[in-house]
Amino acid sequence: MIDTAMLYGLTGAGVVGIGLYGFLSLRHLLRRVLAFNVVGSGIFLMFGAAGYRGGGAGADPVPQALIITGIVVALAATALAVGLTLAHARASGRRTLPEDDT
Amino acid sequence: MSAPLALVALPVLPLVGALAAVLSGRWGGVAAGAVAAGVAGALVALTGAVAAGGPVRVDIGGWAPPLGIALEADGLAVAFLALTAGVMAAVAAAARPRFGAGPDGAATRAGHAFWPLMLWLWAAMNLCFVSRDLFNLYVALELLTLAAVALVAIEGRAETLAAALRYMIFALMGSLLYLLGAVLLYAAHATLDIGLLALRVAPGPPDRVAMGLLTAGLAVKTALFPFHAWLPPAHAGAPAPASALLSALVPKASFVILWRLWFEALPDLAAPLVLALLGGLGAAAVLYGSVLALMQDRLKLIVAYSTVAQVGYLFLVFPLAGGAAAAQPWSAGAWSGAGFHALSHGLAKAAMFLCAGLLMTAAGGDRLAQLRGLARAMPMTVFAFGLAAVALTGLPPSGGFTAKYLMMTSAFAAGQPLWAAVLVLGGLLAAAYLYRPMAHLMARERPEGAAPVAVSRAAQAVPLALALLAIGLGIASAPVHALMQIGRPGAAEEGL
Repeated sequence: MIDTAMLYGLTGAGVVGIGLYGFLSLRHLLRRVLAFNVVGSGIFLMFGAAGYRGGGAGADPVPQALIITGIVVALAATALAVGLTLAHARASGRRTLPEDDT
Repeated sequence: MSAPLALVALPVLPLVGALAAVLSGRWGGVAAGAVAAGVAGALVALTGAVAAGGPVRVDIGGWAPPLGIALEADGLAVAFLALTAGVMAAVAAAARPRFGAGPDGAATRAGHAFWPLMLWLWAAMNLCFVSRDLFNLYVALELLTLAAVALVAIEGRAETLAAALRYMIFALMGSLLYLLGAVLLYAAHATLDIGLLALRVAPGPPDRVAMGLLTAGLAVKTALFPFHAWLPPAHAGAPAPASALLSALVPKASFVILWRLWFEALPDLAAPLVLALLGGLGAAAVLYGSVLALMQDRLKLIVAYSTVAQVGYLFLVFPLAGGAAAAQPWSAGAWSGAGFHALSHGLAKAAMFLCAGLLMTAAGGDRLAQLRGLARAMPMTVFAFGLAAVALTGLPPSGGFTAKYLMMTSAFAAGQPLWAAVLVLGGLLAAAYLYRPMAHLMARERPEGAAPVAVSRAAQAVPLALALLAIGLGIASAPVHALMQIGRPGAAEEGL
């Protein structure tokens, strides 16, 4: 029988898998940045599930605090990545890295 | 300054300096100087305390782990903090002419970016060395990566932006793997503190998966072969002072975390196969990086590929410290050898990149043909380059020799001469790829009509000081060795 935490954990793992596939297979830089965020969301979901302590006990607060920090870090990384992607597109006219051009 | 205060000040001071440099780009260089002075004071206090009374530990806000976050400085941490401070101070001195205020007293665009990023990088490095919490380390690694990526992109040309993006893609991948590993460890043991993990872990399949993810993530960030593709264009594309930081320091932070994970948190998980794999990748990095360095025609790319090779040596510590022999009096030698190697490489590589920057300024480019005969115009810089080459090749009396001596002794003592062969071959290849630029620099004739641009003696003295430190590390190796042994984990002695 799958309980709530397991369901969340498995969903998180599935999201990580989808994001990872996108991260490795996509070439458009913005899509890769989005894929990074999908993987991150999946990991945070798993992390939240790790804090589940069963009905009535309340959740472990440590993962929640860490997830918030993680989201802030991911946001900062995304901002830098998008900024670099824009600058790169302006300077070179490409949406992909040179070695990924088809 | 009391030791706990000094420990907290080490990551905080550069962060404050970074904020000050953001507010006033003009005074960025001054902020860096002030931070260097403050960090030097804190380091003196901390080194004294660690040498006298063992590792210094602070539970931030009085909250003990697992609820709070602990900072701890052992001998290894102090050694790396000192390396970081030395390289940062030298880079700050070398970067003043390039990134300081322009002739009208106003900050340049690159200067506005460089000083905050450099100080940010410094704060993140220091935090990586003293933190003992896997999530806190994750945040520190991310700060480090973001600052490093931005430093690569500082010149804003299309190819450096591409190099920065490639670096960022690899590094984000590494961060995600690391974070996933940390999450799995938390799910299994409800703590992220390295000390508590060591007490709680009974090795099981989830821990193996978690450790695999953490190791892979950190290996990507350290640019271990085969995850090295991002490194040469990124390190060669950045301005020389930034390259020095990226090549000399940044890989050390993720490596020290990896090191602590295997030796302090979960030494019981080390299976012979895993150790052989890490060592094998390290050996492949040494050979592959060296051969590619031999094939480059631009000085900065040679130096950057050399970093790929030199990082490989660090990973030899895993098989050497986990040898087949039951009693392992020599694992500690491998452990200290890797420490020496990281320190010596940091000093020598920073010196080399700063030399490359000066030589490029003088010759107007870094193709080997352009650099011919520069030794006559810039003997001090070429001498510094040569000393750094001695340290990287591992010739006595440099710090690189001490490192290789310790690692080679433990290779033979543990009955694993194969790794010793890698050390010898890597040394020979390093001599070969560093001989090529030296031969061009020492050539008798300059190319026609290419008078070198004059470079001030003060600027040339900076890399020379770093290169002399790399040599001095071998001459004065005893106190450094003694310092690193303070708080050495048990696994370093007993073997993995």
